[in-house]
Amino acid sequence: MPDDLSTSAENTWCPGCGNFGILSAFKKAARKLEERGIDREHLVICSGIGCHGKIFDYLRLNGLYSLHGRSMATVQGMKLGNPDLKVVAFAGDGDAYGEGISHMIYAAKRNADITVIVHDNGAYALTAGQFSPTSEKGFKGPSLPNGSVEEPLNPLALMLEAGASFIARGFAGKIDHLSDLMVEAILHEGFSVIDVLQPSVVFNNTYKEYNERTAIIAQTPRSYEDAIRLAKDKGTQVPIGIFYQVSKPVYHKELMGSWNPVRDKTARNDRLKKIKEIL
Amino acid sequence: MSIVIDTGNRIAAKAAIMAKPDVVAAYPITPQTTLVEAIAEYYAKKEFTGEYICVESEHSAMSACIGASAAGSRTFTATSSHGLLLMHEMLHWAALARLPVVMCNINRVIGPGWNIWVDENDSISQRDTGWIQFYCSSNQEIYDTVIQAFKIAEHANILLPVMVNLNAFILSHTSMPAEIPEQRTVDDFLGPYIPGWKLDIENPVTFGNIIGPDSYIKVRYAMQQAQMQAKQLIPQVAKEWKKHSGFFHGDLIEYFECEDAEYILLAMGAIGAESKIAIKELRSKGHKVGLARVRVFRPFPTEDIIALGKQAQLIVIDRNISVGNEGALFTETKAAVSGIPETSVQGYIAGLGGKDVTYQDIETMVEKAMTGKAAHQLWYGVEEDR
Ligand SMILES: Cc1ncc(C[n+]2csc(CCOP(=O)(O)OP(=O)(O)O)c2C)c(N)n1
Ligand code: SF4
Repeated sequence: MPDDLSTSAENTWCPGCGNFGILSAFKKAARKLEERGIDREHLVICSGIGCHGKIFDYLRLNGLYSLHGRSMATVQGMKLGNPDLKVVAFAGDGDAYGEGISHMIYAAKRNADITVIVHDNGAYALTAGQFSPTSEKGFKGPSLPNGSVEEPLNPLALMLEAGASFIARGFAGKIDHLSDLMVEAILHEGFSVIDVLQPSVVFNNTYKEYNERTAIIAQTPRSYEDAIRLAKDKGTQVPIGIFYQVSKPVYHKELMGSWNPVRDKTARNDRLKKIKEIL
Repeated sequence: MSIVIDTGNRIAAKAAIMAKPDVVAAYPITPQTTLVEAIAEYYAKKEFTGEYICVESEHSAMSACIGASAAGSRTFTATSSHGLLLMHEMLHWAALARLPVVMCNINRVIGPGWNIWVDENDSISQRDTGWIQFYCSSNQEIYDTVIQAFKIAEHANILLPVMVNLNAFILSHTSMPAEIPEQRTVDDFLGPYIPGWKLDIENPVTFGNIIGPDSYIKVRYAMQQAQMQAKQLIPQVAKEWKKHSGFFHGDLIEYFECEDAEYILLAMGAIGAESKIAIKELRSKGHKVGLARVRVFRPFPTEDIIALGKQAQLIVIDRNISVGNEGALFTETKAAVSGIPETSVQGYIAGLGGKDVTYQDIETMVEKAMTGKAAHQLWYGVEEDR
């Protein structure tokens, strides 16, 4: 349904793709954020390259279509440029945990005040179904017809270790829940990441599995150790919700205090006055 | 020998595995994916028994090839566009360390302004890395060039990495017939890679040490000498391959209808192939025109182009632009013929972003240049859209 957050771009995702759920959840989140005082002009988006990246074309919001693996780095620059913005990076699992994994680790380490939404479909979908950093061992795709011999990454445990201050998992099939997670993540001050289980109906159709197995976490783990334990849990249920949230100093404030390069820029006349003084 | 009808990517993959590399490392990117996936298929069927690794980025792919090559392995990879750009510093590394890695690059547009179609800015922007660069124009040529690339790269007087470029989709995804020789023919022609030096616990060496200015300039000088020697070696290797396989690809430049030509068109890649039709059409109208399809851009065929400049007026079509100056082939052609007083060189930029360049377009460009009304360098397809 076209609405005021839609664009005129033709949607080319496959019918039934989990990305539709993420798009709907994000639109809902953007509206909820408006109710909470964050207007659209201050919500800036960025995406990597992949099927997920097309979300950039479908959202009537400001931003930048970045490179494969780089949206997480790009939004860090946006945030430093104008800390009043809420910046959101969309990424694929290939993007975030492969090509651009160093940006994830360093954004978490420095607690950059950004939100990363990872469309985790366990495959490189846009390039037609190759195995990705989160593909299960044995995953067969055109780059590995006999199946991958590698263990998948555990992104939540990795992000916890790297120092992320907000970590969540969502499911593209549970839109309202996902949209609430997005709101919380964007409002969180510090590095927030949501690993979204996203079925690719063509290359890794996980709808049935996740419809059956996902279960909302009753209560956010109280300690880091509990969060790690939950992230590494390999039970029959796949927990979704907030795994960890903690308040820590954020990067731009450590760097610049409350100074905002856009808002607090020296006025032209004052700059000229200073130049005259020097001259 | 067998004739197969297949895409440029799959033919390139066939050539690559028949060269029996010890290590293939790659990361997917459109339109390279089907090349590496064909290798994956051969690997899965055990028709390719080297090591095949799917890494997490192109930087890692080239790094893995460098490590493998330094350890004495024959190595191959393939990429395109942004993948090639991400390899940039490792491209320099491979060439400076004199490692004979062979790579196919599928020429694709650079973003943003996301686009997967053909232009040659990706490889042209890597021309100063020290790699030998080929530009193919048919699937047979892709096959022959990939095989020969290993021979050239690994030659004791060369020891430089080789990039075999094929245009996105027009070649990478288009089926054409190609004659594939027996495995024995390739084995006899190539033989195993015997590195002059390698990482070896019996005889330890190191690669990439810190060196002072006096040595560094010699490193660059030696690379330049090797590239200059490659100008002689490339046609020799092609002749040798012809003895084995019956095919000749080829010289640094492929000449078409040049003998009596008063105007000679220079182009690369698929535009080079399309130009043959244009030349035939122009000849049927009575114009004395010929085509010099530049197959090898590095080393640059300066001497051959000087000879062309002495014979005819030159017209260059570039599917790339060095923004702020000109198309690369145009600039380098002008530099080559700069000492010949009567030669004029007209240039066109065409086909960027995958914009079609048909033989009619090429005819139009050549005819306009022949009237002498063409400016120094024109953009074809920009004005006409206004
Ligand atoms: C440097 C570079 N290498 C490779 C590519 C090709 N490429 C485009 S999308 C993609 C992977 C997509 O996988 P993922 O990030 O998981 O996103 P999805 O398509 O699954 O949403 C790749 C490898 C590229 N655009 N840039
Ligand atoms: S290929 Fe998969 S991820 Fe891409 S649009 Fe289709 S279903 Fe979605």
